[in-house]
Amino acid sequence: MNKSLEDNYSTIAAVQEQPAGPAAPRRMTLNMGPQHPSTHGVLRIVLELEGETIRSAAPDIGFLHTGIEKQCEALTYAKALTLTDRVDYLANLSNNLVYCLTVEKLLQIEIPERAQWLRVMMTELSRLNSHLVWLGTHALDIGAMSIFFYCFREREDILRILEMFSGQRMMTSYIRIGGVALEPPRGWEKAVGKFIRGFPSKVDEYENLLDSNPIWGIRTKGVGYISLEDMLDLGVTGPMLRGAGLALDCRRTQPYSSYEKFNFDVATRTGNDVYARYQVRLQEMRESAKIITQALEGMPTGPYQADAPHVVLPDREKMKTQMEALIYHFKIVTEGFRVPAGEVYQCIESPRGEIGYYIVSDGTAKPYRVYMRTPSFANLMALPVMLKDTLIADSIASLGSMDFVLGDTDR
Amino acid sequence: MSHPGILETKEAFGETTHIVDPAQIVAVCRYFKDEEKFIRLSGLTAVDWHPSEPRFEVVYHLHSVDRNARVRLKCKVHGEQPEIDSIYSVWRAADWHEREVFDLFGITFRNHPNMVRILMPLDWDGHPLRKDYPVHGYKYSYPNE
Repeated sequence: MNKSLEDNYSTIAAVQEQPAGPAAPRRMTLNMGPQHPSTHGVLRIVLELEGETIRSAAPDIGFLHTGIEKQCEALTYAKALTLTDRVDYLANLSNNLVYCLTVEKLLQIEIPERAQWLRVMMTELSRLNSHLVWLGTHALDIGAMSIFFYCFREREDILRILEMFSGQRMMTSYIRIGGVALEPPRGWEKAVGKFIRGFPSKVDEYENLLDSNPIWGIRTKGVGYISLEDMLDLGVTGPMLRGAGLALDCRRTQPYSSYEKFNFDVATRTGNDVYARYQVRLQEMRESAKIITQALEGMPTGPYQADAPHVVLPDREKMKTQMEALIYHFKIVTEGFRVPAGEVYQCIESPRGEIGYYIVSDGTAKPYRVYMRTPSFANLMALPVMLKDTLIADSIASLGSMDFVLGDTDR
Repeated sequence: MSHPGILETKEAFGETTHIVDPAQIVAVCRYFKDEEKFIRLSGLTAVDWHPSEPRFEVVYHLHSVDRNARVRLKCKVHGEQPEIDSIYSVWRAADWHEREVFDLFGITFRNHPNMVRILMPLDWDGHPLRKDYPVHGYKYSYPNE
């Protein structure tokens, strides 16, 4: 290790703090991660312990940094879309959606209603997917093993539906600039309908399974407390904020993609603890199921892509018969489409909180700057406040309740 | 919304942007938080306009929960020894965001409690999101690029 590196390491606050005087209790520095199973990714936390009590916690991130923002600048707008899937790999459709909404705001193109509703339905399915993975792994961390298998049973159904729509289970890139990638396949109503009719009873099943277990209550109630003022000051959003009683949800406050036409409640609980966040997410699953049902029943007819030939790839059939379509296809694929100069910030509600993209265009076919305001990054900043003066055994429950994805944190 | 630190106000795509004097950024942020009820710092980033000067723009996105409104503040920062005051004293949320901008753009935030790299390794050379930084990094070179 070279000299400057050593200097930098010593600046990590947790390592620096040493107890003063002989009366101070002995402190131990514990390195948690980066390969700790309960951090669900590569997160390192330097804990300063006094007995079993955490006196300070310093998260160390960046192990999964892949330079996605830099790579976006080197690709055309359409190609950069595929990178957004990889940011938050559990809620990839939310990332696709916010990217497309931002670019469409710059392009000022109208999206047909059917495409908007398809986007809502698919995004809500991916929200269910994300919450199911969270519930299963979170309960597994705390010691409730069987719930994991139940959650992944339903998740498998969702992934099958995603595969049916887009040909991919996880990195779907289904939402494209100007609409969605494909017309839904034959029989999609039956597949989604079958899943969504059975789903609310499954949520009740999870709730029964966990709430009837006294250990679950003891491990989650009153654990991981953080005040609402601290959360607002630290930029925390999503289910954590709603678990403290503030009904802040971009789907309701700043509706996008025709969310204003859907009937749903913003789930809130008070308690600011792990249990409140668990209840908020369970309620959100029920609300998502309601939205999907409405989308299924009221799905409008019409085109699934915008009428913008300079942006949207033409139909295969037209390409073989019309010269203009072939020219547009060639232009879009080889050099991309030009986006008017300007800057736009668009945010949506991902399963983890507010996800916002800030795109600066200089009028060329490649984005000049793509900034991703990711919820995991902002939420993780609250970790030192949340873990301070709590027991080390509770840190696993607190960490799990934040529901961060390290790909989302490090980008 | 008027404060002596706001130099110019623009409206585009339904979004409001205030160009702010970099020397007064802390006072302007304090004003927006206390007087205008923008209690959340939603995000903080920078844009590199290399080779033109002033080279950097530091961009702040504020959110008011009560008024359900968003606003963008921008400060222009010169490319030689880019420095600006930290707004950590206004929002603690600025902590990691400012470290990220320091890491990826090399803009130093004065009075920040812990101004070290956050995403890149601590001994990394250069600042990847600068426009004069190659996409593949300095270490590797590809004959066809």
